Formats: sequence, C-alpha cells, structure tokens
Amino acid sequence: MNEDVLKKVQSNPKFKELVHKKTSLGWQLSIAMLAIYYGFILILAFSPSTLGAPLAPGMTMTVGIPVGILIILSAFVLTGLYVRKANGEFDQLNREIVEEAQQ
Amino acid sequence: MTKRTGSLALAALTLFPALAFASGAIEGDVKQQATNWHAIIMFVVFVAFTMGITYWAARRTRSASDFYTAGGGISGFQNGLAIAGDYMSAASFLGISAMVFDKGYDGLIYSMGFLVGWPVILFLVAERLRNLGKYTFADVASYRLQQTPVRSFAATSTLVVVAMYLIAQMVGAGKLIQLLFGMNYSSAVIMVGILMVCYVLFGGMLATTWVQIIKAVLLLCGASFMAFMVLSTVGFSPELMFEKAVAAHAKHAAIMAPGKADPVDSISLGMALMFGTAGLPHILMRFFTVSDAKEARKSVFYATGFIGYFYILTFIIGFGAIMLVLNQPGMMETITKDGKQITQLVGGSNMAAIHLANAVGGDMFLGFISAVAFATILAVVAGLALSGASAVSHDLYASVIKKGKANEADEIRVSKITTVALGVIAIVLGLVFEKQNIAFMVGLAFSIAASANFPVLFLSMFWKGLTTRGAVIGGFIGLATAVVLIVLGPAVWVDVMKHKTALFPYKNPAIFSITLAFVTTWLFSVTDNSKSAAEEKAKFDAQFVRSMTGIGASGASKH
Repeated sequence: MNEDVLKKVQSNPKFKELVHKKTSLGWQLSIAMLAIYYGFILILAFSPSTLGAPLAPGMTMTVGIPVGILIILSAFVLTGLYVRKANGEFDQLNREIVEEAQQ
Repeated sequence: MTKRTGSLALAALTLFPALAFASGAIEGDVKQQATNWHAIIMFVVFVAFTMGITYWAARRTRSASDFYTAGGGISGFQNGLAIAGDYMSAASFLGISAMVFDKGYDGLIYSMGFLVGWPVILFLVAERLRNLGKYTFADVASYRLQQTPVRSFAATSTLVVVAMYLIAQMVGAGKLIQLLFGMNYSSAVIMVGILMVCYVLFGGMLATTWVQIIKAVLLLCGASFMAFMVLSTVGFSPELMFEKAVAAHAKHAAIMAPGKADPVDSISLGMALMFGTAGLPHILMRFFTVSDAKEARKSVFYATGFIGYFYILTFIIGFGAIMLVLNQPGMMETITKDGKQITQLVGGSNMAAIHLANAVGGDMFLGFISAVAFATILAVVAGLALSGASAVSHDLYASVIKKGKANEADEIRVSKITTVALGVIAIVLGLVFEKQNIAFMVGLAFSIAASANFPVLFLSMFWKGLTTRGAVIGGFIGLATAVVLIVLGPAVWVDVMKHKTALFPYKNPAIFSITLAFVTTWLFSVTDNSKSAAEEKAKFDAQFVRSMTGIGASGASKH
C-alpha cells in the first residue's frame, strides 16, 4: 500500500467510523462471551449445587442442562450477530473507503 | 456384540486426559478385537473415494498458493465444515460421549470449553488474520517485525505443536484400529502415515480440505441419526431420557449435576482451550483458504454452529448409551485391573458411542460409525502435516534461509519433501510411543498454542508497541513455561514419571504461562529502544489500515 492511499484512508472520516464501530462491537461481544463462560465456570467452582438443583420440583432435569445448552446456543447467536453486522453494514462502509482511497 | 468380547482396560477418565481425549488421544491398554469386516469395507470405500478427490485436486494444484491454501477458493460454508471437521476428532466423538456416559453433566462442561473460543476468534482475530496473512500465521506475526527471528520462533512453536498433536493422533489411530477393526497397531500407524502423505503431497490444501469436509458431513449425519434414534425411544421427551438414565447409572442423580473441580484448574483449562484454539497453526491456516474477510467470518459462524450442534448430539448420545447400553445383556464384561475386579462396558467407556450405534442401527451402522471414527483421524493428521510442511517451506526455507528470494517451484519442492519427512517421523513416533502414556500431549499442544503463538499473534495485531525483541523473547518464554510446568505437573511428573507428588500442583498451566508470556512480551518491547524497534512501531499504522480494510490483502486465485 503506498503512502498516498494510506493517508487518504486514515484521513477519511468513514475509516474512523468503521474502526470505531467494528472494534467496539468486537470487544462488546467478546466480553459478553467471556462473561457468560467464565460466569458459568465460577458458579461451577464456588456453587455447583445451583446447577445441580432440579429444574422444577420432582423433575429429574437439573438447572444445569438448559443452562449448558443455552451457553452453546449463545456462542452461535453471538457469532451470527457479528457476521450479520460485519458482512452488511461494515463491509458496505469498507467498500466506500476502498473506492474513495483509489480515486 | 459377541464378536467384540475381550477384555480391555482403558484408563479411567480423569480431568486432564479428558482434554486429551476430547481432542485426540485414545489412552490405556487396548486388546485387539475380532475383525470387523463391515467397518473395514466401509473404510476402504472412504479411502478410495478420498483418493479420487486427491487425484482431482492434484490436477488443480500447481502454484504455492494452490498447495498451501487451495488458491483461496474455498467458500465460507465449506471452510466452516472443514474447521468443524478439524475439531470433531474421533476422540472428541468417542471421548466426550464416554465422558457423558461415565460422569453425565461434566461431559457437557468440557464440550462447552471447546466451543466458546470460536466466537472470540471471530470477533478479534479471524478477519485481521485473513487481511494480513497469506499462508501461515507467521506471515501475520512477522508482518512489520524482522523476518528471521520472528519466523524462526513461529516455525519452532508450530513444529512443536504439530509434533505433539501428531503423536497423540498416531497412537490414537493405532488403538482405535485394534478396537474398531480388529487389526493390529503397527499396520494402523503405517497406513495412517502413508495415506496422510498421499493426501497432502498430491492434493495439497484442496484435497486436505475436502477430506475434512466429507468426514465432517458423515460424522454429523451418523451422530444425528444416533441422537434421533435415542430420542425416539423415549418419545422425544428429554425428561424421560434423564429419568431412565438416572435409574440405570450407578451414580444415580449425581450424573445430572457438576462434579467437584478445582477453580484454578477449571479457569486455566478454560483459558487453554479458548486461547489455544486461537493459536493452533492447523486451525489458523484455514483462514487463508477463503477468498476474503467476509468468507472468513462466515466460516467461523458455520463452524461454531456445526461444532455446537455436534456437542449437543454427543451429550444425547452419552445419555442414550447409559439408557440403552449400560447393564444390557452382552454389553458388559468383568475384568481384573490392579488386582481388583471391575465390571465395565465391553471395550471400556470409550466404546459407549460404538455400542450405542449397534443398539440403534445394527451391524451395518456399527461398521459405518467405526469407519467414520477412523476416517476422522486421517483427516486431522493431513491438516497437521500440511501445517508443519508450510512452517518449514514457507517460514524457514523461503523466508529465513532464502530471505524471501526463493522461487516458487523450490518452495513447493521443500514443502513436499517436508511432508514425506513428517510422514516418516509420524510413523516412527507412533510406533515408539505405543506403550507410553501420552495423555498430556494434546493438552501440551493446546497450552503451547495458547502461551506462545496466541500472545505474539494477538499483540502483533492489536498493540503498536510490539517489537521483534519482545515477540521473540516473550514467545519463547511462553513456550518454555508451558512445557516446563506441564512436565512438573501431575500429568507428567506423577502419571508418566511415577513420582509421588507433583512439583507444580495444577494440571493445566495456561493461566500462568499465558500471563507470563504477555507480561514478558510487553516488558521486552517497551524497554527496546533500538532503531529497528522505532521503525517497527512506525509500520503499525499501515498494518492497521490493511487489517481493517483488506487493502493489499492477497485474494483468491482463479482456476
């Protein structure tokens, strides 16, 4: 990449917008995933009986089963959210930045 | 099931081997079973079909880009399946379902640890990696740093990770073939080595990817069928399945709740799994096989979906095995282990999914599942070999020795020679390690990837202040700490070397070694006042623009 293109991209307000949006969404979702998983690990370590309690009185299924399935689903849903946003809005913005830089 | 009678004692699943199991090692003494012709015939069909694909791929593999990355022409969906395939190893299928069979809920906890790294890879690593790299993760780590030291480091840690993983897979292959096919250990190791070399040598990344995709589809279909049949026996009521399982299992209601675990070990294991995944060279190279950042993102989305779905299936399969296989006539055997009589599943708990296949689908389906389980090892070792070969040819030969002036034909030739050498080494190591306890090896591979590769890769993309000195010293310290702490920990010091107590109390060192790697990389970077360090920092802006926008990134080549 030559200096000229670099300067053009860096000074483009759309680039700043892209960087801001993409990084903040990336970090927000990462923190969400880490909080979900390590929250689960901490409950597991310090209060395992919470997860071992029956889901409803008289039931064999414990609270831990739907929680576990939900964590697996949350991983899928979070990636879906990011991909939708990035492949739509962010890529559109990115295309504009690249075009403007090559003019 | 009578043909599978025979006594074998697989090592009990303790926490750490579960990590190894879940990603690639079948442990313990295994006794050869009666020949299973259904499985062998189906496996031969798989090999014949994948060889056909290799022939097709060989005619399309000419340039270095074709060889390393299938020309960047794999779609996001296909790559998602291939990544999922790399993850859904034979041992993850047999090992996690065995763990659910033995311990119930704890099996689900492990599969979660393997899954949650993927979203983080997507949010922080995947597209930057695609935009900056070409063939190996060292392309990214050394983007603005000095080529020779950084690539030497990256190639070293890649080769160590690949070697650990390969040994685990080869030994696992030998043991699986005794269990599933009733063939002997050495023939399995030699056959896996030769087939691995054929796929990579002739078909490059294109064949390696398609072998992985086909296997992933077969495994997902087989596991779906099993889970469906299990649920159909209880009228699709999970509650009824859990009730029946609790009634059948010796631990009763305890299988529905988490067991005891040390908090430091749990968090450390979680970190090794999460960041290790983001530092495994054979996984990272898959991001270069797609055409752009958009496809790279899609591949993680699909991979996360397939892997999550697969782990839910193994959970149902484990409970199904408790319900339909445990204590059923003909499924149990009594063996003598360490002077004590124990009653276990024929072939040990690792056979839970295999016995269940027989219970729900008969002999043909049992053969199918056995063949798929073995095919899985082949697909995984092919990816490992390719990753090791590119570290040698692209990082060491082309960049370090030839200083980036190697011609493409020579580079490919070095790659192919390395592939053959890796095949020979893998076979030899597989034979040497037959009787060794190798449970720690995949754990070690994950810990090294998390403590050496990941910090350097992450900081090179996110931190302007990283310098060559910091990256190389910090990376090597992470590598050495992970290796030393595992050797001094319970997995090697006690289980392998037979000392009484471990010098380092935790089974997984990741929380310490990752932290140390980050701290030392930072320290040796900020104290680096050399002229080259200043230049490296100055190059960050251009790297950042490319990592964000993809301007200048290598694209897909057209065939």
